[in-house]
Amino acid sequence: MVAQIELTAMDVLMVRLFDAIDEANMGWIVAADRALREAFGQELIDLVPSYTTLMLHYDALRLDHDEAIGRIQRVLERLEPADTGLGQCHEVPVWYDLSVGPDLTRVAERAGIAVDEVVRRHCGRDYYVFALGFAPGYSFMGLVEEALATPRLKTPRRRVAAGSVGIADRQTAIYPLTSPGGWNILGRTAFPLFEHARRGEPLLRPGDRVRFKSISREEFVRQGGDTTVLESAP
Amino acid sequence: MSVSDKGALRVVRAGPLALLVDDGRFGVRHLGVTQGGAADWFSFRWANWLLGNALDAAALEIVIGGGLELEAEADSTLALMGADLDARLDDRALKPGATFTIRAGQRLVFRQPRNGLRAYLAVPGGLEAPQVLGSRSATPREQLGGLHGDGRTLQVDDKLAWNGRAVTGRPLPFDPAINMALSGNWLALVPGAQIGHFSGASLSRAFNLPWRVDDRADRMGVRLVGPKLHCRLGSMISEGIPLGAVQVPPDGQPIVLLNDRQTIGGYPRLGALTPLAAARLAQCLPGQEVRLVATAREHALRTHRRCLAAFR
Repeated sequence: MVAQIELTAMDVLMVRLFDAIDEANMGWIVAADRALREAFGQELIDLVPSYTTLMLHYDALRLDHDEAIGRIQRVLERLEPADTGLGQCHEVPVWYDLSVGPDLTRVAERAGIAVDEVVRRHCGRDYYVFALGFAPGYSFMGLVEEALATPRLKTPRRRVAAGSVGIADRQTAIYPLTSPGGWNILGRTAFPLFEHARRGEPLLRPGDRVRFKSISREEFVRQGGDTTVLESAP
Repeated sequence: MSVSDKGALRVVRAGPLALLVDDGRFGVRHLGVTQGGAADWFSFRWANWLLGNALDAAALEIVIGGGLELEAEADSTLALMGADLDARLDDRALKPGATFTIRAGQRLVFRQPRNGLRAYLAVPGGLEAPQVLGSRSATPREQLGGLHGDGRTLQVDDKLAWNGRAVTGRPLPFDPAINMALSGNWLALVPGAQIGHFSGASLSRAFNLPWRVDDRADRMGVRLVGPKLHCRLGSMISEGIPLGAVQVPPDGQPIVLLNDRQTIGGYPRLGALTPLAAARLAQCLPGQEVRLVATAREHALRTHRRCLAAFR
C-alpha cells in the first residue's frame, strides 16, 4: 500500500492507496470508504472510491484543511482490510447473442476461440466491482481473463442500449442507460441497474462480486429485456 | 414589500437549452451520479437572493437564449441574473441584476448572448419539481431531475410553477455589469498533485499564454485550445474528478470539467479551477480568450469565503 494524501482541488483531497489495479485492493478500499465516511460525518460532501483511490470532497467552510488531513491520517493508521467475502454476490443473467452483442465476433477472433467459448469464459469467473462511475449505477468490474481482454473500439458507438454488457481490456461492465460508449458489447441483461441507482440504492457496490449467467432469448424477454438489435461497431 | 405569489409560466418556444437547476446533487457521487446544478452558481444564488428566496431554490438556467419564450399565467415578480441574453418582456428590454413584474399574458423572450452565456430566472419560493436523489437539477444525460424528474430540458407546453412569497426592492450590493462570474479573463487554478509530471516548458506555457474557449463546450466540460501541453503520465487509472478539474488528454489540449462531468476519469490534471473560476468559465462563449493563474489553496478559500459572505 502506498498511502498518500494529495491536494486535488480547493476543498478536495485524493487518498491514494495503491498504484495498480488488483482484486486484492478491494478489501482496503471498502474499509477506507467506511472509515472515512464515519470520520468525516456531516463534514463530508462526497466520497468517490475508485480502483486505487478515494476522492474526498469535504466542507471546507466548516472543516479546516489540516484537520481534514489529520482525520485521514488517523483513519489510515488504523486501517484493516475489510473481509471482501462479506460483499454481496450477484448472479446477472445475460442474453449473449450477435444481435445485441455484435462484438462477440471481434473478441472471439482476437482470442482465436469460438463465440460460444467467449460466452463460456465470460461467465466462468467471479468479477469484483472495482468502482462506480461514468453513469448512475455503471459498475467497472474485473478482471476478465487475459485471453478475452480486448481494447476499446477505435470509434465509440453513438448509442449503446441500456443493459448492454461489454468488455474493455480486462474489465467488464453493464450500461445502466442508453449512452454513447466504446466497450466491446457481448450481450444484454434486464438487470435493473438504473432503477436502483436513481433511488440511491445501487444493486452493485464496490467490493461486491458478480457472476454472469448465459440465458436464452425467451428467458431474457420474460425478464423484460429489450431485443432491439445493436448496430455493428462503426 | 412582500407579496404572496402563486404563479406559472408556460413554455411557448423551448429554445436550444434551458433547464431547471438548483445547487446540484451531493452525497451521491459514489453512485456514479454527477453533480449537475447551476453552472454559474454565483449568478444563480444572486438571482434567488434578489427575491429573498433560499439561495438554493430551484431556478431556470437559460443557455444562449436562442428564442426561448415563456408566457405568464398570472401576475408575478421574478428575478433575472447572470448573462445578458437580450431578454424582452413583450417589447421592453430586461437587463439582468434586478427583479421585474410580469403580468398575466405577457411574454418573456430570451434572444441572444450580449454578455455571458447563462442567464438565471428565479421565481418566488423556487420552481416546483420533484426531488431526485436530493436535488431538483436536471441532468439530461443521466435522465435525473428537472421539471418531470426524468432529466428532460424544457419542452414546449411545459409549465413552470411556483408558490412562494417574493421580496421586492432589494438592490444588488454590486453593479451587475461587474458580476464576478461575467468579468475578467483570469481563471484561478489550484495546482494538483500531477502538476510535477508536466514538463517545465508546458507549465510555463500553460500559465503564461492565452487559451481560447473551444466550441466543444457544454455542461460536462469545456475544451481550451492553445499551446500543446506535455505530461509524462499518459493515462492513469481512473479516479474521482472534482469540479473544475483541468485534465490534459494525450492531444495536449486541456478539458475543464464542469457540473455534469463524469464522476471518475483517467487523464492527468494540472489541478482544478476554484468554484468561482468554474462559474466564470461556464459564462464564457466559444472563441473567448482566458488565462490560467495558479493560486494557493488558502488564498482560493479566502476568496471563496468573501464571495459567500456577500450574500448575507
